[in-house]
Amino acid sequence: MTSITESADIRQTRSGSDHAIVIVAMVVILAALPWAGIYPFFIMSALCFALFACAFNLLIGYGGLLSFGHAMFLGTAGYVTGHTIKEWGFPPELGILAGTLAATALGFVSGLVAIRRQGIYFAMITLALSQLLYFIYLQTPFTHGEDGIQSIPQGKLLGLLDLSKPLILYYVVLGFFLFGFLVIYRAINSPFGEVLKSIRENEPRAISLGYRTDQYKLLAFILSGTLAGLAGAVKALVLQNASLTDVHWAMSGEVVLMVLLGGLGTIFGPIIGAFIIIAMQQYLAGFGQWVLVSQGVIFVVCVLAFRRGVVGEIAHYLRRSL
Amino acid sequence: MKRSLTMLTLTGALLVSASALAQTMDKNVKIGVLNDQSSLYADITGAGSKLAAEMAVEDSGLSGKGWKIEVIAADHQNKPDVGTNIARQWLDVEKVDAIADVPTSSVALAVNNVVKEKNRVFLNSGAAASDLTTTQCSPNTVHWTYDTYLLANGTGKALVKAGGDTWFFLTADYAFGHALERDTAAVVTANGGKVVGVVRHPLNTSDFSSFLLQAQASKAKIVGLANAGGDTTNSIKQAAEFGIVSGGQKLAGLLLFVTDIKALGLNTAQGLNFTETFYWDLNDQTRAFSKKFSERMKNNAMPSMVQAGVYGATLHYLKSLEAMGGNPHDGVKVVAKMKEMPTDDPLFGKGTIRADGRKLHPGYLFEVKKPSESKGPWDLYKLVATIPAEEAFTPIEKSPCGLLKKS
Amino acid sequence: MGINTQALMAQLLVGLINGSFYALLSLGLAVIFGMLNIINFAHGALYMMGAFVAYFLLNLLGLNYWYALILAPIIVGAFGMLLERTMLQWLTGLDHLYGLLLTFGLALIIQGVFQSYFGSSGLPYAIPKELQGGTNLGFMFLPTYRAWVVVFSLAVCLLTWFMIEKTRLGAYLRAATENPTLVRAFGINVPRMITLTYGLGVGLAALAGVLSAPINQVRPQMGENLIIVVFAVVVIGGMGSIMGSIVTGFMLGVLEGLTKYFYPEASNTVVFVFMVLVLLLKPTGLTGRAA
Repeated sequence: MTSITESADIRQTRSGSDHAIVIVAMVVILAALPWAGIYPFFIMSALCFALFACAFNLLIGYGGLLSFGHAMFLGTAGYVTGHTIKEWGFPPELGILAGTLAATALGFVSGLVAIRRQGIYFAMITLALSQLLYFIYLQTPFTHGEDGIQSIPQGKLLGLLDLSKPLILYYVVLGFFLFGFLVIYRAINSPFGEVLKSIRENEPRAISLGYRTDQYKLLAFILSGTLAGLAGAVKALVLQNASLTDVHWAMSGEVVLMVLLGGLGTIFGPIIGAFIIIAMQQYLAGFGQWVLVSQGVIFVVCVLAFRRGVVGEIAHYLRRSL
Repeated sequence: MKRSLTMLTLTGALLVSASALAQTMDKNVKIGVLNDQSSLYADITGAGSKLAAEMAVEDSGLSGKGWKIEVIAADHQNKPDVGTNIARQWLDVEKVDAIADVPTSSVALAVNNVVKEKNRVFLNSGAAASDLTTTQCSPNTVHWTYDTYLLANGTGKALVKAGGDTWFFLTADYAFGHALERDTAAVVTANGGKVVGVVRHPLNTSDFSSFLLQAQASKAKIVGLANAGGDTTNSIKQAAEFGIVSGGQKLAGLLLFVTDIKALGLNTAQGLNFTETFYWDLNDQTRAFSKKFSERMKNNAMPSMVQAGVYGATLHYLKSLEAMGGNPHDGVKVVAKMKEMPTDDPLFGKGTIRADGRKLHPGYLFEVKKPSESKGPWDLYKLVATIPAEEAFTPIEKSPCGLLKKS
Repeated sequence: MGINTQALMAQLLVGLINGSFYALLSLGLAVIFGMLNIINFAHGALYMMGAFVAYFLLNLLGLNYWYALILAPIIVGAFGMLLERTMLQWLTGLDHLYGLLLTFGLALIIQGVFQSYFGSSGLPYAIPKELQGGTNLGFMFLPTYRAWVVVFSLAVCLLTWFMIEKTRLGAYLRAATENPTLVRAFGINVPRMITLTYGLGVGLAALAGVLSAPINQVRPQMGENLIIVVFAVVVIGGMGSIMGSIVTGFMLGVLEGLTKYFYPEASNTVVFVFMVLVLLLKPTGLTGRAA
């Protein structure tokens, strides 16, 4: 049985220096994009989703666990950040921290429940948990139900950086994205990451070597959830709202699509996937109903013929690990 | 050289809101119709709203007077994220002057804020949230067509007066459903009626048997449906199955559109009561417009009240611009002019826009015809009562909006 | 909180009726997963297609409900077999999750296409004359159509279970999916069996769609929210077990009915709570085999 991520481990060459080059290039390009005339809000939105996708990929690409409920982290953090900033007057950095911590707590609690199972059962439990949360959020007053939390003030980060100025907000968001991305990169390329990959490849063997696999999986789940939460918290500041759309299972499906399209188990794949999907939503919005159909077509094509995803195909062609 | 040019362009784009004051008047207008084209509200809004806006542009006659008017459209998929992003992109980059339609309250409220921030014009027709003119009122916003207060007041009051003094509510368990139930219950009790029971069902329920049984057992004269979309059509269909109407109770839909009735069919929907502010067959003018509209629509559908509202709002917007002699690209100024001028369009007749942005026009209580009474595929309603404009919307004393001067 | 026995009985009966829908739908899913190891996310969209085909049979060809009950599953089942031949078969041997992703994509496409052609308000479909009206049972008014739904679903479920578990054809199907190479060595056309099985599962979904058309509005979104609940049913019942899904379907219908009586706001979530509990205590579901 071919594992869902076998395509990721092709020809591990001395990837460290390759990655460094790509990361530097990525930083330079992203830093320069607003000056090239691309609309900053679009990129900021895409960066938040790119972080979300990278966090999700940590779990599936390296941990081998497909979560169908990751929206619960995105949405919970968004709501908490929005509420603490708008209603309790938190400054933005504390609001983001609060949101991220809420996601961590959620990751811990739901992880304890979900980790005990694998494969399709794991996916179903995560789906069920996120549905439960969705219905809870639909009812609780603090979320304002389907109106969502609106007009979240942006404030000044650390009392200095005025986030209502688009250019400043842009670099702040870029900073958070890079931070999250580097955490993930570090996690993947650490002993922890190696153990995780070995668990994905052959869990019984890892257990026989003495590793407490459940603990590793739980840790990966919590880490993935935390970073997804960070993405949600920052997104709440950028778009200035937090709504039910962020906790709906369709959002969980969207992140799966982004990672699948970009390249499951690749490092840069989720970023590309997120940018493509967000661009489609934005720039094809004029075509109305066909956006959903095209997403479906992309799913189908990727699974049938393009399993490695965009970055995966490039990596395969270049015989590198990306 | 190239670098400083891009710097200039960027700075220009970012400072577009501040530069609004520095802009001179011209005869260029760009209108963006933002709504749901692919999901729940696609039939009520969707492509029909864009058509309505285009027809308003044509009927304003301004293109022939040297004005350059463009209408674009996009699908917000009922997601506040997508809606906010598109709105920002439109206002910052594509120089859109007015955003029209926007159903789904969560998206409408988000766009309301963006438009206010950028000082453009928001012509909302699709959303039900009365918040747009009360708690979140804005000097850049005009709320046309309908809101939850109208729906509650129209249907609730008229039915109680007609003898339906005991009510049972079937409410969708989310903010909108609660708001509808609360507003209607208030009207019912204020007019001498009584609420004998309430049952709350989860959003997007497909089976209403349990809830309908409870409604039947309550023996209330009116079963009020405080829900929307698929929930409403399913509850109506299943109510017919359980013999609610044939058992003597009346069904009151609190939010219904002509496309829902068409989808249900007269057999199932007959006898339903609800309030709308437009119907294609009301008078000669609405008939003339609707005929032209349906000829240009993909499936020859008649306009819904939301689409009619987009027409009315856009037409008045353009007339106000014409009266100002040009487009100052300043939302507050234009909306102020829109409030100053009384409105007059073939669909809603004569009306006004109040200081809080609320467009005032009469509401109509309709009842769905029996199949034997209908003479055509779209001959669906008969008019039962008219609610005058002064009574139809939130009274000034009750509204917390700061724009209203309370005497 | 006084318990009104009459009202409670009414809700239980209603729960049983809904349970029969769940049972029928999850039966199709269980057949597909149990036999083919494919998690068919497109099930909801195919259910919707069944309802639409019933509508077209009536409005374009004048064929009424009774014809639709037979023809719609065949037509949609054939479509399902086409999907299997052209797309799903390339996924054999791969991780289950690819099957889930592919069918998820298919669901989006099917729903999106129907949405763009038919809008979202839906189309009317009436209860057939023979089944209209109802009887007053004393504690509630029971529409005849609903009684029919229970009886018919139960019959179909039992028939399917019998066919798969007790007949030779069923035995071939089960063997073919457990050990394709060996069965092929016996001269049985395994790929064809697989295609037929998928078609059967899809046909069951479409049948549920036809059953549902007279009481639920026929709209493109009708399967969307149902699919998640049905998944929960299959997972609780044990993903490979036919009887497990049938029993769980009815049981969950009743559970939901009880919740609607005592705490209606939670009736949507009770299935998921139950699913999490079951998965924690008995991971392979109530009657299922190991994944």
